[in-house]
Amino acid sequence: MLDADSISKPMFVPPSEATTLPLFDRVHEWIVTVDHKKLGLMYLGYGILFLVIGGLEATVMRIQLAIPHNHFVSPQAFNELFTMHGTTMVFLVGMPLLFGFANYMVPLMIGARDMAFPRLNAWSFWMSALGGIILYFSFIGGNGLYGAGGAPDVGWFAYAPLTARAFSPGHSTDYWAIGLLVSGFGSIGTALNIVTTVLCMRCPGMTLGRMPLFVWLNMVMSAMVLIVISPLTAAQIMLLIDRYLGGHFFDTQAGGSAVIWMHFFWIFGHPEVYVLIIPGFAIASEIIPVFSRKPIFGYAIMVAATLSIGFLSLGVWAHHMFTIGMTSYSNAFFTATTMAVGVPTGIKIFNWLGTMWGGKIRFSIPMMFCVAFLFQFLIAGLTGIMLSAAPFDWQLGNSYFVVAHFHYVLIGGLVFTIFAALYYWFPKISGRMYNETLGKWHFWLFLIGFHLTFDFMHIPGVLGMPRRIYTYEAGRGWEIWNLIISVGVIFQIAGVLCWVVNFLWSYFKGKPAGDDPWDAWTLEWSTSSPPPDYNFAMIPVVRSRRPLWDLKHPEDPDWKYE
Amino acid sequence: MAATTITVPPNEMPLGHELRGRVGMWCLIAAESAIFCIFVVAYLYYAGKSLNGPRPREVLEVPIRISIALFSSSFTIVRAERAIEHGNSKLFATWWFATIFLGAFFVVGTAREWYKLIYDHGLTISSSLFGTTFYSLVGLHLFHVLVGLTGLTIVLVFALFGLVRQEHAERIGVFALYWHFVDAVWVVVLTVVYFIAR
Repeated sequence: MLDADSISKPMFVPPSEATTLPLFDRVHEWIVTVDHKKLGLMYLGYGILFLVIGGLEATVMRIQLAIPHNHFVSPQAFNELFTMHGTTMVFLVGMPLLFGFANYMVPLMIGARDMAFPRLNAWSFWMSALGGIILYFSFIGGNGLYGAGGAPDVGWFAYAPLTARAFSPGHSTDYWAIGLLVSGFGSIGTALNIVTTVLCMRCPGMTLGRMPLFVWLNMVMSAMVLIVISPLTAAQIMLLIDRYLGGHFFDTQAGGSAVIWMHFFWIFGHPEVYVLIIPGFAIASEIIPVFSRKPIFGYAIMVAATLSIGFLSLGVWAHHMFTIGMTSYSNAFFTATTMAVGVPTGIKIFNWLGTMWGGKIRFSIPMMFCVAFLFQFLIAGLTGIMLSAAPFDWQLGNSYFVVAHFHYVLIGGLVFTIFAALYYWFPKISGRMYNETLGKWHFWLFLIGFHLTFDFMHIPGVLGMPRRIYTYEAGRGWEIWNLIISVGVIFQIAGVLCWVVNFLWSYFKGKPAGDDPWDAWTLEWSTSSPPPDYNFAMIPVVRSRRPLWDLKHPEDPDWKYE
Repeated sequence: MAATTITVPPNEMPLGHELRGRVGMWCLIAAESAIFCIFVVAYLYYAGKSLNGPRPREVLEVPIRISIALFSSSFTIVRAERAIEHGNSKLFATWWFATIFLGAFFVVGTAREWYKLIYDHGLTISSSLFGTTFYSLVGLHLFHVLVGLTGLTIVLVFALFGLVRQEHAERIGVFALYWHFVDAVWVVVLTVVYFIAR
């Protein structure tokens, strides 16, 4: 790894005047900002805040399930916890964190000074923030004006008719619906902004074929958000019509259908998983080449694979519904399409391995997280292929096996790449280097905790433990596995604590990082750390996929070969 | 990287940033189309599944006049666009006003239709599944017409104060794109509600 001292460029010194402004002025500056970097950081901070909240909710659930017949929380509280945990992690953690990285990095990587619509960008962030506030306000306002309130307790996919007035009195379900509706408007605004930024704001010479894969994949993700979030918005409007205007969309007593809610939810819900994981792929596609000292293997194929994942993922949703009883044609169709998504995903894994193959690999913290991601995502994909077979799903649908599978995707896949990205870009964002030793503690503790929890979670699922139960009897053979799962949480929390301490300490006391601590190749490393408000003093001109390589190696530039 | 020595061939230049309004509007249209798709699917799926009357065949009449009005408004807004491209602000305001008039005619026509449905036939959003799907889908479109009319009116106020000039032609074009979308959706809603699922 390159030492920060070996960089000959001028070191960044954090501006002192920023700290001398009065507190009110500094807060005001952040609230009214339209700068894509500040908004990106606000998205990241918002996502991390809710990551902690959602993680605590999961911790409480694991304490409750650690031993049989536990009375740590009531059944009602347990229902609220898993509903809020799921909703929080998808809408208030996953999306904001990924939009945060996209907001911060996409304009820098394409050599632009801001997003296409800076004010829309701010509007979108504040809408998303408002959605989160509405959702969490349910804890005090969920029962209306009387009583102590209550969070939504209908599960994150809120199946009808559980959400009908008769079964969900009070306002908790309304807070769920309106919160997601509002944050959905924010998501659509940001997605629109990212697509437009990538199409219209690139610097001269930055053709589509020269864009960093991070930019490509985030554009595909944003284009998916446009058509994927909308069905959820439509379904939430229908739900609110049912609850407030006496409509009958999901009212089986009047000819409505509960199954159609499932279809509408999962038309959103399954592509949403790809919306979350494609930015994870985007992060891996930046970090693995830099730390293997090789250009990405199969650039064009990677783009094609991403596009086909985006396309195929729109036709797989009903694999969430095998157990409700569909026709055998539907079962066969959705089994086939789901397995087909495995093909482009497999191509990606081969390409990342191809990038590492024969490379001069540096095992810095971001790379360690990415390598763990590769292995874990492979396993997550394999259990996904298992569950895509309808007969297998009839046996294990709604069991802890499913819970283990999607946590493997979203933590083993997504959260590991998010941590990789946080370490990779921390020097750029803060101007300082993080502590390597604490980072290694974070990685290993989190890795051990993750595998203790989620490897062993497959087993009670196979043994028949259903999801969403608040307790279980002794003597079914589930106790030891549940205890191991809960013990794993301790390691995960310890790992995350290392990370928080590391970043807080490094932000104030870390060594100055310089502009380009990783000897990387994309444009964000060509400007200072942190970048100035205007990003680039002069708009760059690029001639290849690795503009900084060309700059550093004028004798052997990439554009001669591309 | 050194900007002074490299000339970029024209085919390597990205789309201009002046096109960003148009690209953004197309993205919004994609997202809105998906919302309408779900409502149309729900309407078609629930067609004929209502447990009580009235049935669509008994109460719905094809709204010919207001449909013609709305479709014509796409034509008038194109005339307005052309006028402002040539810098003719007065002509622009005239055609723009015609667009608002036609849009308002559509809204009033729909209101009269709904009045009849509610008071003569007892069809409300909660009276039957047909009522729920009908008022939701047609109402969602109507909501978009009203948003469009609000925008159109704001521009008209600016135009009356002489603040809309030739250099705003691109922005006017972007807004017109939205209005065309609202019209195009009516083609689908009209076909689905008044012909296919009748």
